[in-house]
Amino acid sequence: MTTRPRRDMTGRKPLRGRPAAASEAALPSVLTTGLARGRVELTTFFRERETVVFIFALPAVLLVMLGSIFGGQAVRVPGVTVGQLFVAGMIAGGIMSTSFQYLGIGITTERDQGMLKRLYGTPMPHTAYFIGKIVQVFVCMIAEIALLMIVGVAFYHLHLPASAGHWWTLAWVCVLGCAACSLLGIAVSSLPRSARSASPMITLPFLVLEFISGVFIPFTSVPPWLQRVAAVFPLKWMAQGLRSAFLPARAAVLEPAHSWEHGRTALVLAAWVAAGLVVCVRTFRWQSRKR
Amino acid sequence: MGNDTAVRVSGLRKRYGQLTAVDGIDLEIRRGEVFALLGPNGAGKTTTVEILEGFRPRDAGAVEVLGEDPGSAGRSWRARIGIVLQLASTGPELTVREMIAHFATFYPRPRDPDELIELVGMTDKAGSRLAALSGGQARRVDVALGIVGRPELLFLDEPTTGFDPQARRQFWDLIRQLAADGVTIVLTTHYLEEAEALAGRLAVLAGGQVVALGKPAEIGGAGRPARVSWDTPDGRRTVQTVTPTQMVADLARQAGGEIPGLTVTRPTLEDAYLELIGDQR
Repeated sequence: MTTRPRRDMTGRKPLRGRPAAASEAALPSVLTTGLARGRVELTTFFRERETVVFIFALPAVLLVMLGSIFGGQAVRVPGVTVGQLFVAGMIAGGIMSTSFQYLGIGITTERDQGMLKRLYGTPMPHTAYFIGKIVQVFVCMIAEIALLMIVGVAFYHLHLPASAGHWWTLAWVCVLGCAACSLLGIAVSSLPRSARSASPMITLPFLVLEFISGVFIPFTSVPPWLQRVAAVFPLKWMAQGLRSAFLPARAAVLEPAHSWEHGRTALVLAAWVAAGLVVCVRTFRWQSRKR
Repeated sequence: MGNDTAVRVSGLRKRYGQLTAVDGIDLEIRRGEVFALLGPNGAGKTTTVEILEGFRPRDAGAVEVLGEDPGSAGRSWRARIGIVLQLASTGPELTVREMIAHFATFYPRPRDPDELIELVGMTDKAGSRLAALSGGQARRVDVALGIVGRPELLFLDEPTTGFDPQARRQFWDLIRQLAADGVTIVLTTHYLEEAEALAGRLAVLAGGQVVALGKPAEIGGAGRPARVSWDTPDGRRTVQTVTPTQMVADLARQAGGEIPGLTVTRPTLEDAYLELIGDQR
């Protein structure tokens, strides 16, 4: 293999009397292309009606429904309502919806429709694709959390985090939980064979997880064996961490361990991030399995 | 490898389980050529092209595309090639202009999106969502995305499948324009007419092998016997001959003037093609 002279970069031979390019222009940086991806991801997210309704708005709708029906009930801790528990749980569900559910279905669709293959055929750095996803998921997560907090404060007596420490808890639980759920979403996107089967295949386990993790019903009402199942997955820990950010300290008695278990929450979520990262790196495919 | 060679393939093989999709292909495509891979479905065209594009690993053989091995080439190599995949996919919720401008950000020296939209004849549709385009319009966008980075080499995989005749001809004009600009074009098609209209040279693939290679006219006519037919008092006679001129001169002498009902025909590319792929069945 010989090295090509620079002039060929133009694709036109000087022999033909065409002007050669001044020099080899540099490839755009990973950051530039990654941000370009992020912009496109966000644009398409908010243009897809199904996404806006089923991924973005649905948690708020469910919160209003659940809150209206059960929100007034008191729990055995004075000053704490079921509505407050629902808001915290639904924020966890909303984070998983914008990360796990959206990425799982969205990437399957992109792969099935050939968009990933098309991107792979360009000089776009592969990292840029994932930067784009991170930008999109992060922005959507913030918007989702804000939306649910507004609904919570307006209708369900949600109190904003009481101190800087509580805000910090909110931040790390959201970021760590979102990272774990995003990686899980990217990993499961390899499982469905087509875009059509993606939605049920990814939504069903997510719904089950929401039921057993204290999103749709207070975690104390979940049978102990299902609580143990839920404790394997990130959503339960995210909901618990968020309750610790929004509820008064005395509400910790409602938790199975009678404490917020911040250390364990961080550990479980971090383990999911690490495992998810390994699985994604090893299994991510740019092409559909259909030959 | 000389600078005049865009693609060099030797002994290329690819199996999918029991199926041998590519069974020992050798090719050399020069820079500036429009080269067609012609063959029926399942002949190995797409597999071959996808190996050249770096989408698929190969089982055996040597491949060089613009001087690099597509299996290991990096971003700067990708910036020099353009790819139009077989299936026009429904893209994301973006307009034609947004999509083209977005892909332009991946390349070091992209074309101006608006000029490119004009080049592919989509100026009127620049603000339309991708999902709202007709098949032919979507294909034009595919080509625009393939050439937005000013590739030296453009792969087109069955670019006009499903087009109506008018759309196909417009598309051919676009490809000719690119070829005139010096872009090397590798095209797969199962339309004979398309290979004949666009390609300087073509390879006929059947059963994963190259069964014929050359200029369309060579594969069609030259070297194959012509058919000379004329009327005799006993009825019509037809003779296959590699020296039809000599034969007609002899007949004229015998007839002492006009030869009644004389026709001389060469086998068309289509005749040759059907014969070639028929051998493989």
